[in-house]
Amino acid sequence: MVPATMKPAPFHYHAPRTVAEAVTLLAQVAPEDGRVLAGGQSLVPTMAFRLARPRHLVDINGIDELKRLVVEDGRLCIGAGVRHAAFHRPVVPGPLGQLLSEVVRHIAHHPIRTRGTFCGSIAHADPASEWCAVAAALDAEMVAISTRGTRVIPAVDFFQGIMTTALADDELLAEVRLPTLRAGVRVGFAEFNRRAGDFAVAMAVAIYGVQDGVIAESRLAVGGAEASPRRIDAAEYALRGGAPTRNTFELAAELVARALDPLEDNQNTAGYRRDVARAMVRRALEQAEQKAGA
Amino acid sequence: MTDKLDIILNLNGRDHSIRVEPRKTLVDAIREDCGLTGTHIGCEHGVCGACTVILDGETVRSCLMFAVQAQGKTIRTVEGLADGKTLHPLQRAFMAHHGLQCGFCTPGFLMLAANTLEQHPDIDDEELREVLSSNLCRCTGYQNVVKAVRAAADEMRNPAKNPAN
Repeated sequence: MVPATMKPAPFHYHAPRTVAEAVTLLAQVAPEDGRVLAGGQSLVPTMAFRLARPRHLVDINGIDELKRLVVEDGRLCIGAGVRHAAFHRPVVPGPLGQLLSEVVRHIAHHPIRTRGTFCGSIAHADPASEWCAVAAALDAEMVAISTRGTRVIPAVDFFQGIMTTALADDELLAEVRLPTLRAGVRVGFAEFNRRAGDFAVAMAVAIYGVQDGVIAESRLAVGGAEASPRRIDAAEYALRGGAPTRNTFELAAELVARALDPLEDNQNTAGYRRDVARAMVRRALEQAEQKAGA
Repeated sequence: MTDKLDIILNLNGRDHSIRVEPRKTLVDAIREDCGLTGTHIGCEHGVCGACTVILDGETVRSCLMFAVQAQGKTIRTVEGLADGKTLHPLQRAFMAHHGLQCGFCTPGFLMLAANTLEQHPDIDDEELREVLSSNLCRCTGYQNVVKAVRAAADEMRNPAKNPAN
């Protein structure tokens, strides 16, 4: 028999049962390129290509305390063990649950969503990650735990570039917290990719409230277009005080297009990505309005 | 090289005691260590879906898990679909509707479809197409895969029409 070949480089496997055990292990193995293994849907492919060759993997799939998905103090707390598929149906009543259940359908494919985790996507920080765009739009709080203690990192500080975050090597992203949205807030999400399930060229998350016929509060974030997802202040400001109509949406979309410094790759020029982002912003805003009228 | 670990994989109701390195993927262990070669290996990075198996009731890409992670789980592969010599309705429908040509992707599509129909027997066409877009087929153009799964779904809901009964 031909000796079996294996694609990933060798590593030592650790399967802690508690967060305390996991962070103790991480403190030991992080200096030797130890990594957290959650859903593995991004890490394992990079290991198969040997782009990543971690010497230790700390598998957190067996830690029950990370599987919590609860609302506390007006925030949805998503533990590191919660998989994408958990969001197929609204996890909370109201606009937040609705938004998450729409966004999740854009994440890869069903058999990936049964394994991949919400927090894993946030920690991986791929520019085209849908959850990262949602986290930016909602100013999510990232709860990082290590043997040195627990800290809460706001989204605006967390995402630092392509697959680069504020997490230290020995920190476990244990939980992400999203503010729940009050009833009546309008939410929309639009994404463009060449085939279903592919990485997005650009995406937009739109969240706004309407009072007396005009937009009173607004959040507008773009993902996939730049190194990190972010809210676009100028466009959010332009929305406020305007009627939720096509003219207002087109102005906001144009301001987004002007604010972006789009990524380029061999399939997408910066100009093309800017155009796609503009269209996604308009669609996300329109979709939110259509659902409100439905 | 790292130390090998002794694990037990439960495949189609049968335990397999194997000794593997942690870096061995589930699909490699299923094929090489357990000898069940029905599950195919395509891209080995989660894109094609040829290696799809059902793990604790959910479809997963078995190239994106390590075998050590599957210990204590129940795993179903294409070898477990038929009931003895009676083919599963999906297997018959793939034959009747030409849902395969070269057959390389077929085990993955069968497991994907089997799990989908078990969870959603009344799935509508749009959702079915969305689920089937998870896997790649380079021969059929997908239309006959969709037809086959639709026919199997109808038969599974109305077992009286099952020609094998």
